[in-house]
Amino acid sequence: MNILYDERIDGVLPASDKANTLQRLQQALPDMLLLHREEDLRPFECDGLSAYRVVPMLVAMPDTIEQIETLMRTCSELGVPVVTRGAGTGLSGGALPLEKGVLLVMSRFSRILGIDPDARIAHVQPGVRNLAISEAAAPYGLYYAPDPSSQIACSIGGNVAENAGGVHCLKYGLTVHNVLRVEVVTIEGERMILGSEAFDAPGFDLLALFTGSEGMLGVITEVTVKLLPKPESAKVLMASFDDVEKAGKAVGDIIAAGIIPGGLEMMDKLAIQAAEDFVKAGYPVEAEAILLCELDGVEADVDDDCATVRKVLEQAGASDIQQARDEAERALFWAGRKNAFPAVGRMSPDYYCMDGTIPRRELPRVLKGIAALSEEYGLRVANVFHAGDGNTHPLILFDANKPGELEKAETIGGKILELCVEVGGSITGEHGVGREKINQMCTQFQPDEITTFHAVKAAFDSAGLLNPGKNIPTLHRCAEFGAMHVHNGELPHPELPRF
Amino acid sequence: MQYEQDQHPAPAEPRQASSQNDADALCERVHQANTDKTSLRIEGGGTKAFYGRRVEGDALSLTGHRGITHYDPVELVVSVRAGTPLSELEAALDAQHQQLSCEPPHFGPAATVGGMIASGLSGPRRPWVGAVRDFVLGTRLITHEGKHLRFGGEVMKNVAGYDLSRLMVGAQGTLGVITEVSLKVLPKPSATQSLRLELPLDEALQRLAQWGRQPLPITAAAYHDDALHLRLEGGRSSVAATSERLGGDDLDSRFWQDLREQRLAFFDKTDPRPLWRLSLPNNTPPLALEGDTLYDWAGAQRWLRSDAEASTLRKTVTQAGGHATCFTSGHTEPFTPLSKVVANYHRRLKTQLDPNGIFNPGRLYPEF
Repeated sequence: MNILYDERIDGVLPASDKANTLQRLQQALPDMLLLHREEDLRPFECDGLSAYRVVPMLVAMPDTIEQIETLMRTCSELGVPVVTRGAGTGLSGGALPLEKGVLLVMSRFSRILGIDPDARIAHVQPGVRNLAISEAAAPYGLYYAPDPSSQIACSIGGNVAENAGGVHCLKYGLTVHNVLRVEVVTIEGERMILGSEAFDAPGFDLLALFTGSEGMLGVITEVTVKLLPKPESAKVLMASFDDVEKAGKAVGDIIAAGIIPGGLEMMDKLAIQAAEDFVKAGYPVEAEAILLCELDGVEADVDDDCATVRKVLEQAGASDIQQARDEAERALFWAGRKNAFPAVGRMSPDYYCMDGTIPRRELPRVLKGIAALSEEYGLRVANVFHAGDGNTHPLILFDANKPGELEKAETIGGKILELCVEVGGSITGEHGVGREKINQMCTQFQPDEITTFHAVKAAFDSAGLLNPGKNIPTLHRCAEFGAMHVHNGELPHPELPRF
Repeated sequence: MQYEQDQHPAPAEPRQASSQNDADALCERVHQANTDKTSLRIEGGGTKAFYGRRVEGDALSLTGHRGITHYDPVELVVSVRAGTPLSELEAALDAQHQQLSCEPPHFGPAATVGGMIASGLSGPRRPWVGAVRDFVLGTRLITHEGKHLRFGGEVMKNVAGYDLSRLMVGAQGTLGVITEVSLKVLPKPSATQSLRLELPLDEALQRLAQWGRQPLPITAAAYHDDALHLRLEGGRSSVAATSERLGGDDLDSRFWQDLREQRLAFFDKTDPRPLWRLSLPNNTPPLALEGDTLYDWAGAQRWLRSDAEASTLRKTVTQAGGHATCFTSGHTEPFTPLSKVVANYHRRLKTQLDPNGIFNPGRLYPEF
């Protein structure tokens, strides 16, 4: 079932006339950069989910918040949808443009407004890159904890919109745990502050609600993040296993020993080989799985924890355990993992990255299920896994030039996500629903829950102009999706009217 | 289910079998109230009834809806019904050397898990490890139509749909009835030590700002009775080394429970002056406010005994980037008023999720 916006099942979009919209916006915002020629619009046709492309009607590139307010008010009056885009690195198509919509590009909001080292906070504009915050804080011995693999390119506004994660989430949390305050502009052009520089704010926790809301409730125009002191020491152990299941069990054993590692990652054979081939990180290519376990904190504790983890890994049947000897080797161990996606990309013309989360104990079952799907459809799958927090990233290898392979990859992807839901997990841990997983939302939530999500949306955007079609499916889409997925002769949502 | 009864004798779950009936009955009550447009006053153990505005309505008690539904220590997740006594949950975690790291205040033995979520109040460890909302992974809710829905889940990372679970934390039951919650739990630290350092306030705040920029195992810091009180938690080596470096005298660790539960002399209930909670940005200097102040959260949460006018007090606190909550019951405006725009979106959200205004009306603010 195609994920591109389909007015028949995703809702009719207001008919907007490009010439008229352009003229009205130029009148209202004479100083704002507004792209309208096909060749200027083309570069914005997709985000990190590049299999799907739509040329937007117009691209707005404001550089003041006042311009955003006016833009929103004008689009609101005209009934023109607005899709907000940060750095465009999102993997779920959350910033996929609409033919009938304005793409609001936030890249010009790229200033760090201030760092207060004693209060351990940074005020930044939404277009500031994730890594740039840590770089600016480094002279004070501080850093911003969430580190998605795209951190050299992705922007903090996008991180808030997607509630981005990274490899250190189990210990340091997601974006929602590390943002204190945001300024947003609503579709009606009203500016408001959510959260505060203190640890809490009066009223509902709208800051939490907006975090991960995928640009559906408002436009983020400023962000205040928490900074943490850089751990004194970080050491990484790499354990090899001749069996994926043993590696999975070792993860639980480490946590059962009372240790919360800074990072705990797992890769399977195909991912190990791809990464080694690309980065030469010193990974054992003959292993069925490796675990990377990073322990950070005060030096003395880290040494104690390393000894404990080593013992646990030995008992769990690791065939080899190496500790990075120095900072350079530690960086190299991580480079293999952080480059796993592009590394896999070198093995295959295209790949499709999934993002399901599961209770860790279900890992063997899910890996078996993925292997079976891989065999059934004849496409290779490499597995990269934030093992500590149960976030899996199966990478499905395919060739878009071979007829039917993209569809096959999507089918496998969809089935993997449904398996994640079946074992008590979620269809997305950190990449977001966007457009990519819009159908699988119907598997994870029942119609009444989806209706509640629509009610929340209506409170902030009653006309449905902000990023229409993303994140929350219509019940109509779920009904059609459900009709295609008949299990054991039963429709998943027999109570729904069929269209 | 990894929560084996034979491994842990407590807590017993006598109501396991009837809990579905309890939930059905609760849904029916809500549905009826919504149909009749009558207000409900949602109740747990009643230990935090003072916190917020008075609610007129028929009592809807959650205390019968109790029990741990799923606890898997290795997954670091526990799911528990709202009416479960907080002490029962903590005992079950303790048996596995785990804890609720946000150390929520009880304010009495009857405190429930639902009350912890609804109030969203956290203890001394908050600035270092997070608040109640940071540990919430999922919730089950009864909506205004009496439907029992599930948001979030039992996994650490989950960004599917809007985060309704965290939205419920601190909303004091005004958006729906929380029936169950899944929480992230963490291992207890292997070592802990508390210290008392006698030094003047300005020097204490200055040191806290410096230490805050260093990776030290501090997990509580309060200034009270002319002394800085510190708690160190972490590995044995780092706690010992830090304690040696910072100096001071040993402090009985029960101080932190007494602070959290407001049992210190400072919180004397016979003091006629209202008690205020000031929430402030890190590194805020002492404020010129009449009354007595106790500094918690390294100065980011301050308790103030003061007869100052609410408006005067709030003006000073708001200018400093914070907000002030009246902790003495009976105040007509216990929470800092919202800006016009934010209040408007609060109203709209309330209207969407509770169109007939049946859930704890007026608990937070008069109009919702």
